[in-house]
Amino acid sequence: MTIPPLSESELDERLDYLLNPVLSSRRTAAPHARLMAPLKRPLQDFVLHWIEVIGRTNYEMAFQFAAVAPAALARIDTATAEAWIIQAMDTYDREGLYRGGQVFKQIDSFLQRADATQGALFEDHAHILELFACGLSGRRLKLDLAAEPYTDTETLYLPPRIAAFPTRTENFNLYKILIALLWAQARYGTFHADVVAACAAYPDPARAAALLSHLETLRLETRIAATLPGIARDLARLRGAPADPRCAPLMAAAATVHDSLALLADLYHGFEPPASPCRITLHADALKVRDARLGRERGELAAALAQMLHEHVAAPEAPGDNDAATEERFRVDMHESAAGDGAVAIELQLDGKPVAPPDNVTQLFESILQDLGQIPDEYLHAAGDGADDATARDNAPQAEKDPADVWKGIYHEDGTHLYNEWDHKRRHYRKNWCTLRELDVHPVDSDFVDATLTKYRPQVVQLKRTFEMLRGDDRLLKRQASGDDIDFDALIAAYADLQSGMELADRLLTRRHKAERDLAALFMVDMSGSTKGWINDAERESLVLLCEALEVLGDRYAIYGFSGITRKRCEIFRIKRFDEPYDSAVKGRIAGITPQDYTRMGVAIRHLTRILNAVDARTKLLITLSDGKPDDYSDNYRGEYGIEDTRQALIEAHRAGVKPFCITIDHEARDYLPHLYGPVNWTLVNDVTRLPLKVSDIYRRLTT
Amino acid sequence: MASRSAPLNTRPLQGEARIIAAEPYYEPVGGEIALFEAAYASTLPVLLKGPTGCGKTRFIEHMAWRLKRPLITVSCHDDLTAADLVGRYLITSNETVWVDGPLARAVRSGAICYLDEVVEARRDTTVVIHPLADDRRILPMEKRGQLLQAPPEFLLAMSYNPGYQSVLKELKQSTRQRFVAIEFQYPGAALEEKIIRTEASADAATASALVRLAHMTRNLKGNGLDEGASTRLLVHAAKLIARGIPHAGACHSAIAEALSDDPEMLRAIDEFVAAVF
Repeated sequence: MTIPPLSESELDERLDYLLNPVLSSRRTAAPHARLMAPLKRPLQDFVLHWIEVIGRTNYEMAFQFAAVAPAALARIDTATAEAWIIQAMDTYDREGLYRGGQVFKQIDSFLQRADATQGALFEDHAHILELFACGLSGRRLKLDLAAEPYTDTETLYLPPRIAAFPTRTENFNLYKILIALLWAQARYGTFHADVVAACAAYPDPARAAALLSHLETLRLETRIAATLPGIARDLARLRGAPADPRCAPLMAAAATVHDSLALLADLYHGFEPPASPCRITLHADALKVRDARLGRERGELAAALAQMLHEHVAAPEAPGDNDAATEERFRVDMHESAAGDGAVAIELQLDGKPVAPPDNVTQLFESILQDLGQIPDEYLHAAGDGADDATARDNAPQAEKDPADVWKGIYHEDGTHLYNEWDHKRRHYRKNWCTLRELDVHPVDSDFVDATLTKYRPQVVQLKRTFEMLRGDDRLLKRQASGDDIDFDALIAAYADLQSGMELADRLLTRRHKAERDLAALFMVDMSGSTKGWINDAERESLVLLCEALEVLGDRYAIYGFSGITRKRCEIFRIKRFDEPYDSAVKGRIAGITPQDYTRMGVAIRHLTRILNAVDARTKLLITLSDGKPDDYSDNYRGEYGIEDTRQALIEAHRAGVKPFCITIDHEARDYLPHLYGPVNWTLVNDVTRLPLKVSDIYRRLTT
Repeated sequence: MASRSAPLNTRPLQGEARIIAAEPYYEPVGGEIALFEAAYASTLPVLLKGPTGCGKTRFIEHMAWRLKRPLITVSCHDDLTAADLVGRYLITSNETVWVDGPLARAVRSGAICYLDEVVEARRDTTVVIHPLADDRRILPMEKRGQLLQAPPEFLLAMSYNPGYQSVLKELKQSTRQRFVAIEFQYPGAALEEKIIRTEASADAATASALVRLAHMTRNLKGNGLDEGASTRLLVHAAKLIARGIPHAGACHSAIAEALSDDPEMLRAIDEFVAAVF
């Protein structure tokens, strides 16, 4: 039985409700309802559902979606439509309403760029591709997105989607090939010559550039074949036909970019480069980045060589002679390494004697070699006293900050961490959605800690005693089957048994058992506005007692507070780091904990998981002290969205080997905490005044 | 005696009687053989530093063969105590008997005692290592009230992997400063290829591809991998390949799965394999 579709007026009513904030007397949802009316009921429901979901983020986006969705759904299936919506919303998240709306309006370009069923998305494979690029030799490379593939010799830019082939595997493969080719450009000296200027000298620079790119690809194919034959095979297959015989000189192992440029001059007239899916742009940025880097590295090398001189020369000469003397003291010998992959072994000589350069010098040599193909003699001057920093500075033009960046909020994001957030309705992460800052709690000089200790004196004594018993002290285990020493009590008993005809027991040894507590605990304290007053006092008292107890126990622990308002201002407050002793500064910060704003929990959990993961311990605990549900002022974080994001963050933490636990005072916790933490990993403290004593007690139970 | 007590009597292993007969294959990387011989002649203990699978154990076997001394290897673990090294009293039917541990046996017989991955052992083992590792060269046997003086033939060697980032697995200064330290690194590309060819009878192309693969994984150290592929793993893969297992399968099982459990990392390593072969 099929459900009858909604009528036009019914649809109009629903749309009015869903899109209300962006409708007016002159802008109604009636045209949308008219378009939607002919759709089948499941499609109508699909559109309404997504209008609602998009509306949670932005009503205008939802309105635009409603306008185009009926026509689009006549052409594509719902799975593709979802990919389209996700792309639009991602674009909206990153680039704003206008761009996001464009994706909705230009469904054709979406379909054309990515046949969503077959195209490979960079995002889907980003991690694997990053690892792949990272594994390639030479300078460490970053990956980023751009419309056309190119490299600036430090970052490889790749298109967000590739749909050149009918299958996902082949498209993914093309990503790999592009990475290898771009890597080879940087590695095998495409930018040893000013390729951009060379192309600009031709009457049609674009044609020259395309041709040069083709020639370079041929040349690099030979280089790649030596180290990555698998990729070279793919490249040859993509090329299809064998290379034009006129290009043969480029196939020599020793061919350089200068050979390509020479051939470009010959072939400029009357040679058409075949179409290829791995056409790569030669970008002027590469030369700029290279020059900036060379300047920087030259300064660094000079300083490093000066340091070497200083270490090698027992009695330094008078400063006056130094500059003149250092000129020719270093010399570099290069010879082709035995590996035969074009790598060059570098030998540094000081005063004619070979010296082993420190790691940083070796790295600088390799980087310079990669950029210039040689180490020019003028690079081998050791810096004079005090000149090193200046040289480094002078030669490194600082990237100019673009004032327009302010509007993108980039300045505000200096020194912050960006985290994804889970949107359960979209079933997708919002990329780099939350901006998080790590701040210090302002320490307060008060007698809060002492007052707390006085208030709870008997309990503190009791607490310390309990925790002392937990301490991983040696214990002598008796009657063990294997051990270090003989358990004479057991032996005498066993001997008596033996005499009376019984079997000799075999558990006759003692063993020292050292129970090592290999665990690290991170306490995440709710500093939201709702903790104001006695909850805040109880939290602070809890922390004081907890620290006293943990100091006895010797477990590694850290305390961080969290709060924030909107996704742009998530804040983590350092109260005690793992490597910090429990001293007066920490005590001051505990006293200084003050209620702040809201409780955006997901991002805090993600950040603290990262901190916890940097600690080496067998067991890692993330213990949250909370007074209520995740909540934030905007983005509908309150309610289901926030709960699902927090749940997702906890799942991530779990996957990373962190065990989350929650201590709450919210009487409604039963409704949502089992969903977040699982049935057992949380506990409710009914009476806030009991919290200070309970927290240590819970910790003790948790870790024994 | 009932059979249940039998395991008590099976402890002693006569390792000191075993002298390595055939030369263990070892390719010197630098002057480590001369250094080791000089340390041995001067009765200085030796510390071998380096990542796993780069040839530390093979080197010590080679040196034992070269010096014609028995080799007693103790693989240290986190429950290894001083008593495990020195010895303990055991019970026979009517009396207690003392049984030497591997370290005591090595001292008595003038063998080379090799403590593999010494940081894994419990801290109390340092009590017996320290007096043995300085110029006193004595092994205190506390339970018997004896001191065992090491003969000049005896050598204490241990291995240590500085790559662990754990503070718990750091060697204490007071321990490490007693040893002559020899650093091991993965051999250079050409040498590593030679090792693979010799150890696994691999052809030159396979060996060179495996070395390139290893370098790619070593570039990932700290970016998702704790360690790159060791020479040992390359030899494993080469052996599988020599027996007819396809490259992709051999490298996946011998290298990728040995390095990581993370599906994306495995995928990335498989992509390396596809690229280098």
